[in-house]
Amino acid sequence: MALQSYASPLEKIWHYTYLVICALIFLFLIAPILIVIPLSFNAEPYFTFTEKMLALDPTGYSTRWYDMLLTFGMTNPDAPRDSSWWADTWANAAWINAAKNSVIIGFFSTILATVLGTVAALGLSRPEMPFRRSIMAILISPMIVPIIITATGLFFFYSATGLANTYLGIVMAHATLGIPFVIITVTATLVGFDHSLTRASASLGADPTTTFFKITMPLILPGVISGALFAFVTSFDEVVVVLFVAAHDQQTIPRQMWNGIREQISPAILSVATILVIVSIALLTTVELLRRRSEKLRGVSPG
Amino acid sequence: MSDAVSDPSRSETLTTADGKPLKAALARAQARNRRRAFYLVLPLLLFVVVTFLIPIGQMLSMSVNNPAFYSWKDRDTGEKVPLMVDLRAWFDENPVGTEPDEAAYAALAAGLAHARETKSIGQIGTRINYEVSGTRSMFTKSARRAEKLEPPFKEALLDIDEDWADPRLWSAMRNASKSFTVDFYLAALDYTRDADGNVVKVEEERAVYILLFKRTLVLSAFITLLTLVLGFPIAHLLATLPLRHSNLLMIFVLLPFWTSLLVRTTSWIVLLQSQGVINDVWVATGLIGDENRLQMIYNQTGTVIAMTHILLPFMVLPLYSVMRPIDPSYVRAARSLGATSWTAFRRVYLPQTVPGIGAGGLLVFILAVGYYITPALVGGSSGQLISNLIAFHMQKSLNWSLAAALASLLLAGVLLLYWLYDRLVGIDNLKLG
Repeated sequence: MALQSYASPLEKIWHYTYLVICALIFLFLIAPILIVIPLSFNAEPYFTFTEKMLALDPTGYSTRWYDMLLTFGMTNPDAPRDSSWWADTWANAAWINAAKNSVIIGFFSTILATVLGTVAALGLSRPEMPFRRSIMAILISPMIVPIIITATGLFFFYSATGLANTYLGIVMAHATLGIPFVIITVTATLVGFDHSLTRASASLGADPTTTFFKITMPLILPGVISGALFAFVTSFDEVVVVLFVAAHDQQTIPRQMWNGIREQISPAILSVATILVIVSIALLTTVELLRRRSEKLRGVSPG
Repeated sequence: MSDAVSDPSRSETLTTADGKPLKAALARAQARNRRRAFYLVLPLLLFVVVTFLIPIGQMLSMSVNNPAFYSWKDRDTGEKVPLMVDLRAWFDENPVGTEPDEAAYAALAAGLAHARETKSIGQIGTRINYEVSGTRSMFTKSARRAEKLEPPFKEALLDIDEDWADPRLWSAMRNASKSFTVDFYLAALDYTRDADGNVVKVEEERAVYILLFKRTLVLSAFITLLTLVLGFPIAHLLATLPLRHSNLLMIFVLLPFWTSLLVRTTSWIVLLQSQGVINDVWVATGLIGDENRLQMIYNQTGTVIAMTHILLPFMVLPLYSVMRPIDPSYVRAARSLGATSWTAFRRVYLPQTVPGIGAGGLLVFILAVGYYITPALVGGSSGQLISNLIAFHMQKSLNWSLAAALASLLLAGVLLLYWLYDRLVGIDNLKLG
């Protein structure tokens, strides 16, 4: 937004004030996320910058909290770090186990949400779909309905059907929560999809399955992957349903963090947070690249 | 010849190659297409019905039906055992307000003895305890001795605990015998029943739910306003910058959006707590003294700050998508016609952004009303919202029917807003980055 040449002095002042205000708002958005990164290397168990850290003294920094992520919960953390130590970590460390659970649950719920969601989005984006609006409203509603209500309902339902305390129950619940994101991203990709391509494919003798895998799928793939990433993040960050329907030993990363924050918050939480921030930066980059690719594929140029 | 004259339309009916009327063939093809589209959606629809709609339906039924007083599911066999059979029969025979007689006490004693036998007395006591607090121990205590009670049962029971004569208790037991009750909704709205079964307001100091609903609405509205105030300038900046720059700045909005909710909440705890970064900076710069560090977390302030930060992207993104296509020449035209920059903004630019304000505002408000995690972690006691109370009744007080009633009320409000959103904005226009 360039300043016009006819701007009065007052307008010039306002323009620069406005830019400063915007900068401050951007700072408000980003600073809380970045602040945890240096703090997670604190050598002391505090949540603020120590004098040594401010003086950039190397002794003020340490990776002890990252180390704690590996050792916490181990049977013998002080043993020499050979292969059996790592085996012990892999089998017993609380955070490692939580990470394993999170990845397993996230993986399966993403697959479920993406497959069902993509197929449904194909149907929903057809103009002849009956009750399109109402069905869409139902399918998006898990994103809108407060999570505590969903969790309460699932608690009653799972207790009655025996799905409580099972991985299947959590995977199904997380898939439900991820589905709206898949529907939204895939239908957005399908807007402006050139249907003459599928007709051309059909007229050249391809059956609908071949047409889908050879023509439609490659074109909507960026949208599908973005949707899948959204679904994965939703599952990976979900704590309320897990608290309500999972067994006590079914720990996930967010649940472990939740417990950590509620009981005694330690800088180990900050090191987990740092790792998660780096993961989200990677995810954001992937989604952005996919979006650009999708625009290129569909011939939509930005701007 | 005469045929063609009498029915001209027939001879002109178009047919397909195999001789069927074109209209019918077209209708059939369309019906087939509709079915095809529907079959694609069907699996997901069924999945969502099972994992989402049925659970919510079950919650709604839980809010009007709590069978704890009259039905017990045996843990080992899974069999359903009816409880308090005689007492319920007595309630059926005698109208509301009847003074409990010897027959009623006899039925109660038999019911208590049976409940102890089936190990269901805890459930019964808890159920009545929702209505009349402090009665749970009375039930367990009396049930322990119910086996050996001798007639007259009235005196025998009153001998164990004289509160058995409390008319409120009898009214509560009568209500708990019904398979359909709106009492949990009454409780969720700070009403209760007196001894005669009339609906009355609860005492001032026990009325918490309306207060919490109000607080939830007020805080959500305030947070929505804050996100608008903060979101509008940056959405405007992003929309007017060349795309190369705005895509880069967009990262500032999208990174929080992609970052774990718990991470963002943790960050605010780190920043805001009394020994945290912000207080340290203020003390170091001499703005405040070391001894009066500000309490910015574990209260409403903490909830508002953290939730504003978390919900801000949901305001910026819809605003941005509305502002981007606004043609800058409108404002320029207004300026050239003599409007000051403020008038041009207010009269020309702002009206064009109203759809974005509406979409963002509704979305943020809907999400804020149901927020749970952030208030639970940073809200302390004054920053709790209605969701936290639902969780409390689910996990701590174990009054599930009350939790379900509160959740149903919240759900009704959210669905109303969702419907409004769909009418005004359209769910199809929901965008994620």
